Amino acid sequence: MDTSALFDFSPLVQELDKILLGFWATIRLTLTSAVIALVLGTILVAMRVAPTPVLRWAGAAYVNVVRNTPLTLVLILCALGLSDTMQLTFSGDPTTNYFWWAVAGLSVYTATFVCEALRSGINTVSMGQAEAARAIGLTFTQTLRLVVLPQAFRSVISPLGSILIALAKNTTIVIVASYLDAAAQMKQMFDDYGGTIPIFLGFAFGYMVLTLPTGFLFGWLAKRLAVAR
Amino acid sequence: MTDNGDDAPLVRLENVNKHFGALHVLKDINLTVFRGEVLVVIGPSGGGKSTLCRTVNRLETIDGGQIVFDGQPLPDEGKGLARLRSEVGMVFQSFNLFAHKTILENVTLGPIKVRGQGREAAERRAMELLERVGIAAQAQKYPAQLSGGQQQRVAIARALAMEPKMILFDEPTSALDPEMVQEVLDVMVSLARDGMTMMVVTHEMGFARRAANRVVFMADGQIVEENTPDAFFGSPQTDRAKDFLSKILTH
Repeated sequence: MDTSALFDFSPLVQELDKILLGFWATIRLTLTSAVIALVLGTILVAMRVAPTPVLRWAGAAYVNVVRNTPLTLVLILCALGLSDTMQLTFSGDPTTNYFWWAVAGLSVYTATFVCEALRSGINTVSMGQAEAARAIGLTFTQTLRLVVLPQAFRSVISPLGSILIALAKNTTIVIVASYLDAAAQMKQMFDDYGGTIPIFLGFAFGYMVLTLPTGFLFGWLAKRLAVAR
Repeated sequence: MTDNGDDAPLVRLENVNKHFGALHVLKDINLTVFRGEVLVVIGPSGGGKSTLCRTVNRLETIDGGQIVFDGQPLPDEGKGLARLRSEVGMVFQSFNLFAHKTILENVTLGPIKVRGQGREAAERRAMELLERVGIAAQAQKYPAQLSGGQQQRVAIARALAMEPKMILFDEPTSALDPEMVQEVLDVMVSLARDGMTMMVVTHEMGFARRAANRVVFMADGQIVEENTPDAFFGSPQTDRAKDFLSKILTH
């Protein structure tokens, strides 16, 4: 039996341009979804702490439904259900269309985790901060935007970093939403060259190149932006 | 100290009741605060003093009765309530300066965001106020870098920046180290001299004697006694007040 193919790194070199394109897709998916998830998550947390019961209920319902649905299902719903079956498309070009549906699925899902991280951040801000804000005449929204959320954000930078890392790795399943990223490229190479250890190692290394610095960056930011109390 | 000439009421509490669950913390409170008056509320802990103070800007809601501020019943919520709060300053026991903002930003936030003042004008006014409370040199620092007494003086400047019709003080010196109490009381006395309407919940009997127009003694959710400082400290009428005073004034 010839086992040398199992330890052959040459496919990684031969297919380097495709691999890099795959990771570029991963990066674009991650960053676009991260920005949208951050905005959505902030809106959700504002709903969850709002004085209006209907908003609180809607926010909680959204978080509990979406967070407890497997991401694979969310993405399949987006690509197969909403895009293919119901013909709701972002663009006539399939690649662009599926990119944005993948981003939509990743964003609505990740937003629930952003919301819950921020909500625990809000709990670290003392009641007195919000009372003082209300006492000078700030409205609920101003109190949240100017006083509570800035402090909440700074106290949950590390968990937000973990969510970003999870998001980067969650992009590996966008293939179910008909979009091709680095993981899709890996699967293609497994099909072409066989499931060899070097290919696996090469892709694992690629993800770590993206996620490890992210972790360090957020750890550093958390220290730097901490609010002294 | 000038006695206030016009007897126009600024705040009127009528049959105010408040429960925390089964606990009846405010029982049929009737109280008027006149313009320019310094009203000091004293009494044992848990007697409802702080709650009373906090109902005036509706940080605590009430279950019964009504509160009239400047001729208008307190708004329930929304913009009307925010506007009312901008006219009633509040100084808290635990200062509650915005931890992520500098001292100067703490003082200018309200004028800029609530009153819509320009940044430059707001900062000029804030520096005057910080000067007045003796903190101007620390304007660029953050609250955690200041002592408790300094933070509380900033909190007073923050309240003054809104040019309020009255200021509520909820045990403003209770969280301070003893040597810092005086610097805060000095600022409060000077405010009282300038004619600011003040409702002060405090355990500082010296301040009550020096600056108050009227002393209200509260216990068990009720106003037990209401008198001028001299009359109250000189000859308390009720046993509850005599008992309280004997405990705090014997040392």
